[in-house]
Amino acid sequence: MISVQACLDGILLGILFALIAYGMALQWGVMNIINIAQGDLVILGGYIAYFMYLYGIHPAWGVIVSPIIMYFVGIAIYKLVINKVVDRDLFISILATFGISILFMQLMNFAFGADVVLANSDYGTTMLFNSNVVLPNSKIFSAFISILFAICLVIYMKKSKLGRAIRATAQNARAAKILGVDTEKVYAATFGINAALCGVAGALISITFTIHPYMGLPYTIRSFMIVIVAGLGNLPGVAMSGMGLGVFEEFADYILGTEFRIGSVFLLLVLILVYRRFKLSRKREYLK
Amino acid sequence: MSISKNNLILYIGILIFGIAAPFLFPAFKVQLSILCVLIVLATTWNIQGGEMGYNSFGNILFYGLGMYLCASVQVGMFFPLAEWTESGGEKTFVHTPGQFFQGMAVGLVVAAVVPTIVAGLIGYSILGLRGHYFAICTLGLGVAAGEISGGIEIIGAGQGFTTPPFPDVGNLESRGEFFYFLSFFVLILTFIAVRGIYSTRFKLILNAIRDNEDKAEAMGIETMKYKIVGWMISAFFCGLAGGIMGGLVGYIDSTDVAFDGREMGVFMVLMAILGGKGTLWGPIIGATVFHIFKEGFWTFFLGWQYVALGVLIVVIVIYFPEGIMGWLREKYPQRFGEVIDEKDRKAQVELK
Repeated sequence: MISVQACLDGILLGILFALIAYGMALQWGVMNIINIAQGDLVILGGYIAYFMYLYGIHPAWGVIVSPIIMYFVGIAIYKLVINKVVDRDLFISILATFGISILFMQLMNFAFGADVVLANSDYGTTMLFNSNVVLPNSKIFSAFISILFAICLVIYMKKSKLGRAIRATAQNARAAKILGVDTEKVYAATFGINAALCGVAGALISITFTIHPYMGLPYTIRSFMIVIVAGLGNLPGVAMSGMGLGVFEEFADYILGTEFRIGSVFLLLVLILVYRRFKLSRKREYLK
Repeated sequence: MSISKNNLILYIGILIFGIAAPFLFPAFKVQLSILCVLIVLATTWNIQGGEMGYNSFGNILFYGLGMYLCASVQVGMFFPLAEWTESGGEKTFVHTPGQFFQGMAVGLVVAAVVPTIVAGLIGYSILGLRGHYFAICTLGLGVAAGEISGGIEIIGAGQGFTTPPFPDVGNLESRGEFFYFLSFFVLILTFIAVRGIYSTRFKLILNAIRDNEDKAEAMGIETMKYKIVGWMISAFFCGLAGGIMGGLVGYIDSTDVAFDGREMGVFMVLMAILGGKGTLWGPIIGATVFHIFKEGFWTFFLGWQYVALGVLIVVIVIYFPEGIMGWLREKYPQRFGEVIDEKDRKAQVELK
C-alpha cells in the first residue's frame, strides 16, 4: 500500500514538475537560454499566493493572480538582463541567470524571512482503498489546475497569432524576422509566459507543499532534467518524464530518507547526463 | 620555460612582498591567506574554463572533498573520528603540536591525491558532455555532493565538523603565520605548475579543444586524454586549497563551507571572468580585485551582500565578459605582442 501511496503522490507531484518543465522547454526552444532562475521564479510565485493567504484571501485565487504578476516580472527580467544575453554564448546566459537566481533568493529571504511556509487551503483529504492511501485534495486540485493550464497553453500556441509567431521563431529566428515577426517582442512574451507558468506552479506548490527562499535550485534542476529526457517540443514526453521523476522522488524519499531527497535528484541528473553522453557517443562511434 | 629579465624582477618582487606581507599587515593575515586560496581556485578553474572551454561549476566538488578529507585524516590519525564529530569539537581530544603538523601534512597529501583520482575516474563520463550540459552536470555534481555529505553521520552530517584547533606553541601569532605561509606556498606551487603547463604543447592542445574540439580530434589529438589530465590538475590544487581552507576556517559545514556551490563555486568562475579568461595573470588579478572589493565593500552592504553579489555577477557577465585582461589587451595591444598594421587600422577607422 505504501508503494501505491508513493506512486500516486509522485504522479500528482510530477504533473506540477511537468508544468514548470514546459515553461523551461518553451524558452529553451525559442530563445536558446537555460534559465537557472526558473526555480526562484516558482518560489516567488508561491510567495504571492502565500501573501494572499496571509491577508485572508483563499490561496487558490493565487493561481489566477500570481501568473499575472509573474508575467510582468518575467518581462522586466527580460528587458533588464535576458535580452542582452540572448544571442551570446550559452554559458554567459547560464551565469547571468545564476546571478539572477542568487539575487532573487536573497531578496526573497529579506522580504519574506527564512522560514518554511505553507498556505493552508483547507481542502481536506481523500481516502482510497479502505483509507490505506491518503491523498490531500489540494494535491489533486493542483494536478487538475496544472493540466488545465497546460491544455490552455497548448491550444493558445496552436491557434493564436502570438503562439504561431513564437513557434515560428523557435523554428528559425532569422526566417521569422524576415517574414515580419518582431522577434524581440516574441522573446519578451515567451519569457513572460514562462514566468507566468512558474507563477501558477509556485502558487500550487505553496498550497500543496512548502516554500522556502532557498528551495529554487532543485526546481530548476528537475525541470532541466525533464526537458533533456523528453526532448524539446515533446509534450507527452514532458508529462510522462515529469510523472516519472515525481514517482522516483517519492520512492527515494521513502527508501533513502528525506535528507537524501534533494541529493538523489541531483545525482539522478548527473546519471542521466552521463547515460545520454554514452548513448550519443555510441551513435558517433562509426565516424572513427 | 624561459624567464625574461623583466619578468624575473617582477617575480622576485612578488615573492619578497609575499614573504613580507604578514609582517607588514599583521591584522590581515587571515584575509591574505584567503586571498591566496582564492587565487589558487581561480587559476585552476581557468585551466578548464578559460583554456579548455569547459565551463565547470563542479570544481567545488574537489575543494569540498579536500576539505573533508584533510580534516578527517588529521583527526582520524590520532583519535576515533566518530567520537570527535559527535562531541562537536569540544576539547575532549587535544592535538599536540607534533600530532597537528603531522596530521596536517598527511591530510594535505590525501586531500590533494584523492580528488585527483576522483577527477580521473569521473572524468571520462563527465567530460564527454559538451557546452551547457557539462555546466549543468557539474553544477548538479557539486550540489549533490553537498546534500549527500550533509547526510553522512561520521563527518558530522548536518551539524558540521570542527577541524582540530591550532595547537598551543607559545606564540599567538603563529596560527595566522602558519596558514598564511602554507597557502602562499601552495599559491607559488600552483603558479609554477600552471606557468609551466602554459608554456608547453599541452596548453596549445587545450586551446585547440576550446576552439574546435571535433577538428582537434580529427587532427589526431586524443582530446579525451588531455581533458581528463587538465581536470585532474585542477582537482589536485582545488583539493589542496580546500584542505588549507578547512583548517583556516576551523569549521566545516556541508553546504555552507565545503560544497558551497552558491558562494565559492560561483566565486571562482566570477574571479576568472573578472580578470580575463584564458590568460595567466587574469585570474590572479581578478581574484585580487574581487577579494579587495568583497572585503572592502561587504561591510557597507551589511546583510545585503548576497544581493550585491547577484547584481555583480549579472553586471560582470553582461557588460564585462572579457575581463580586465581583455580590456587591457584591447587598449594596449602592443604590450601583448600583437602587431598592428597602422595602415590597416586607419583604413578601418575611415570605413566607420
